[in-house]
Amino acid sequence: MKKTKQLFVGVMLATIGLQTAQADYTLNLMQGVTKVSNDIYDLHMLILWVCVFIGIAVFGTMFYSMYHHRKSRGHQAANFHENTTVEIIWTIIPTIILVAMAIPATKTMIELDNVQNSDMSIKVTGKQWYWDYDYLGTGVHFESHLDAASEKAHRDGSDPHTVPHYLLNVDNPLVVPVGKKIRFVFTAADVIHSWWVPDLGWKKDANPGFINEAWTQVDKAGTYRGQCTELCGRDHGFMPIVVIAMEQPDYEKWLASTLAKQEEKADLSDLSREQLMTKGSAVYMTNCVACHQIDGAGAPGDYPALRGSAKVNGGIDPLIGFLQAGTSKMPSFAKLKDNELAAVITYIRNAPELGNKVGDEIQPKAITPVYDDE
Amino acid sequence: MSAVTAEHGHDDHAHGPEKGWLRWIITTNHKDIGTLYLLFALAMFFVGGSMAMIIRAELFEPGMQFVDPKFFNSMTTMHALVMVFGAVMPAFVGLANWMIPMMIGAPDMALPRMNNMSFWMLVAGILLIASTLFMEGGAPAGGWTLYPPLVLQTGKALPFAIFAVHLLGVSSIMGAINIVATILNMRAPAMTLMKMPLFVWTWLITGFLLIAIMPVFAGSVTMLLTDKFFHTSFFDAAGGGDPVLYQHIFWFFGHPEVYVMILPTFGVASTIIPVFARKPLFGYSSMVYATASIAFLSFIVWAHHMFTVGLPISGELYFMYATMLIAIPTGVKVFNWTATMWKGAMTFETPMLFSISFVVLFTLGGFTGLMMSVAPVDFQYHDTYFIVAHFHYTLVPASVFILMAAGYYWMPKWTGHMYNEKIGQLHFWLSAISVNVLFFPQHFLGLAGMPRRIPDYAIQFADWNMVSSIGGFIFGASQLLFLWIVIDTIKGGTGEKVSDEVWEDAHKHGLEWTLPSPVPYHTFTTPPSVIPCDHG
Repeated sequence: MKKTKQLFVGVMLATIGLQTAQADYTLNLMQGVTKVSNDIYDLHMLILWVCVFIGIAVFGTMFYSMYHHRKSRGHQAANFHENTTVEIIWTIIPTIILVAMAIPATKTMIELDNVQNSDMSIKVTGKQWYWDYDYLGTGVHFESHLDAASEKAHRDGSDPHTVPHYLLNVDNPLVVPVGKKIRFVFTAADVIHSWWVPDLGWKKDANPGFINEAWTQVDKAGTYRGQCTELCGRDHGFMPIVVIAMEQPDYEKWLASTLAKQEEKADLSDLSREQLMTKGSAVYMTNCVACHQIDGAGAPGDYPALRGSAKVNGGIDPLIGFLQAGTSKMPSFAKLKDNELAAVITYIRNAPELGNKVGDEIQPKAITPVYDDE
Repeated sequence: MSAVTAEHGHDDHAHGPEKGWLRWIITTNHKDIGTLYLLFALAMFFVGGSMAMIIRAELFEPGMQFVDPKFFNSMTTMHALVMVFGAVMPAFVGLANWMIPMMIGAPDMALPRMNNMSFWMLVAGILLIASTLFMEGGAPAGGWTLYPPLVLQTGKALPFAIFAVHLLGVSSIMGAINIVATILNMRAPAMTLMKMPLFVWTWLITGFLLIAIMPVFAGSVTMLLTDKFFHTSFFDAAGGGDPVLYQHIFWFFGHPEVYVMILPTFGVASTIIPVFARKPLFGYSSMVYATASIAFLSFIVWAHHMFTVGLPISGELYFMYATMLIAIPTGVKVFNWTATMWKGAMTFETPMLFSISFVVLFTLGGFTGLMMSVAPVDFQYHDTYFIVAHFHYTLVPASVFILMAAGYYWMPKWTGHMYNEKIGQLHFWLSAISVNVLFFPQHFLGLAGMPRRIPDYAIQFADWNMVSSIGGFIFGASQLLFLWIVIDTIKGGTGEKVSDEVWEDAHKHGLEWTLPSPVPYHTFTTPPSVIPCDHG
């Protein structure tokens, strides 16, 4: 029924055309919130109008001809087939238009490229399938994953309309101060990704093994959203970017609190089974679900199943060691705090939705750095 | 013309086609092989189109409804590979096989046995790449550009896909050599180069492009193969390589490759428009020079596909300027077609309708191409639905529409039967309207910030995606009309007797219209002495 209604609305939209409820749609490029993004917007509009003008002239001539010079109106065909003057004119005029367009374009390009004299640097690493931000020289370093609500909705089929900022929200946004020139350095850990926030006016590829640079200076405090724009595998569509621009004092407060939280030691006190499972589920949804899937079935040929896996359901110590060490195919999860690791191990061994039922609990204290050679 | 028929009748050595199905396997006749290519391309058009329908169904509304994200990526990858290498390119090779010998007054292609072989290698290549859909780990899902390192994460399918690309490449090279050799060696004595129909000219240039680029593509995918299986590191930074190197090599192939699909399109449009405007083509020699310029420029603009990859500023600027230049010869072509129509005596049969909508909609695609040539603005457009809209405008209402136009235009000559004009026009109007409902909103989506190649999207993209999907389903369904028309025309069409020139005064425009309809199995066993040439 819902489908039919939507289909109906869609057909209506298609017939009524562009006027309908313009407020809900963006038809044009966004202007953005930086000087460069505004320059780019102006260039975009300039070329757009040039194209519209040429289009009207050419198509106008064509349609005039199609109406007047038709056989059914008794028009007799002329027999001309060349005219050197006309041909030279319509070669030279486009050339002049192109040169006129190239001049402002060159200016903006040079401006975009100038990463000199920045106030701060942030290293951005693209990974399958999240972003890793490192505020160089401050010690602040965190991962930014798709938020839990969107993650859940796109996996279990719940209605995306109920999720705020569906697929455009993250757990840890990138926070930047307004009015400062921020230099970004981009790289990737596995495959090529591309970092794009339309409001900043540009995107830049993150290439594994290489460094790319770009810069921005946000003039207006606010929240700006974007996405990965280079196909990077299964969950390419599910690694958004959120940038929050704050006034300098707010930014400094955020930086200090983030640093403090980051340096906090893991709480190693025992947790109830319920606490372990809840926390474990959250850790699983952030770190594991992309490959091993929401039902633990993995993806045949790509990622092994956790459901019924001997490794998951076997001895504790080898499993802890395996997660800490990683393999050539699976990254190391030594980055997880001991209480997170304990919770997620408890979860994968006991979650009914993953089909495992070992019946034990692993407490944070049980996590010791044991490495397994496997 | 009657001389040709008589000639044929008296020739003791002339023989008809092989009896039975074996004819289609072992044939070396350019007309048979042209038919094989065209029918194969039509079949692949529907295979690739079905994949597009899966894509549009998944994108009909936000949320994941039908397919797994990995399979979605396989669909976008395979849709592109099947459409490019299985549908559009073979369709133009099919047209070349059928028409070039008839247009230049040659009895057949220069290398008939190789002709047969290149067709069957194409079939083998496409079957091989289609078979990867059923392999462990699925079909390639890294996009048709096969960028490393992502493509190296492909499962069992990778070596099969690469070998398929090799086969397709060899097939294309053989086809191109054959076409170039035919045009350069087999022309009727009176058919000088500057008297050749533009379709022949555009294919001559396209042939050279193919010979130059297919080995480059084969080389790049071979490097992928050795990186994956033989421990080389061409594209792996850990071993001293560079993933961006692949993109340079790929687009050195890839950019001329997209012109391989558009230059013959220009040729067909330049053939059809004058016939229905009842006027000679305007600016014949500038058309030839413009085509050659576009082909030359296609080799020096490749990195405009890579503006955001991290090029040095000098590279960004050079590739921006060089790319902008393409607008000049392309503009000349559009102006020439408009001037050809100007003061003509136009009629609007289906081939003309498709040709005119090609000129208009290809120009739209050209405009967005010009917009994207401006490097700083491409930092916004790159890898969004804006580029999806751009290249689909240059491929669907351009290349595909012209292939439809060519089908309607020459089918009466090939089969000796007239197609149903009413259904043809219905097919045209449905296609022309739905293709815009399908692709025009994608400009809005891209500008609003929707990246390409994503299986699911944020709520603000929902409405235009639904409109686009509806357009897609109507467009897909309308193509079944074309299938019906092809079958119907082969079986007898309207039953009306088709004259030799089929279209009014067409014999003034091309040699093929001096032959009987349907064309006999062998034509021009002796070269024609009079060349119809109305371009000065």
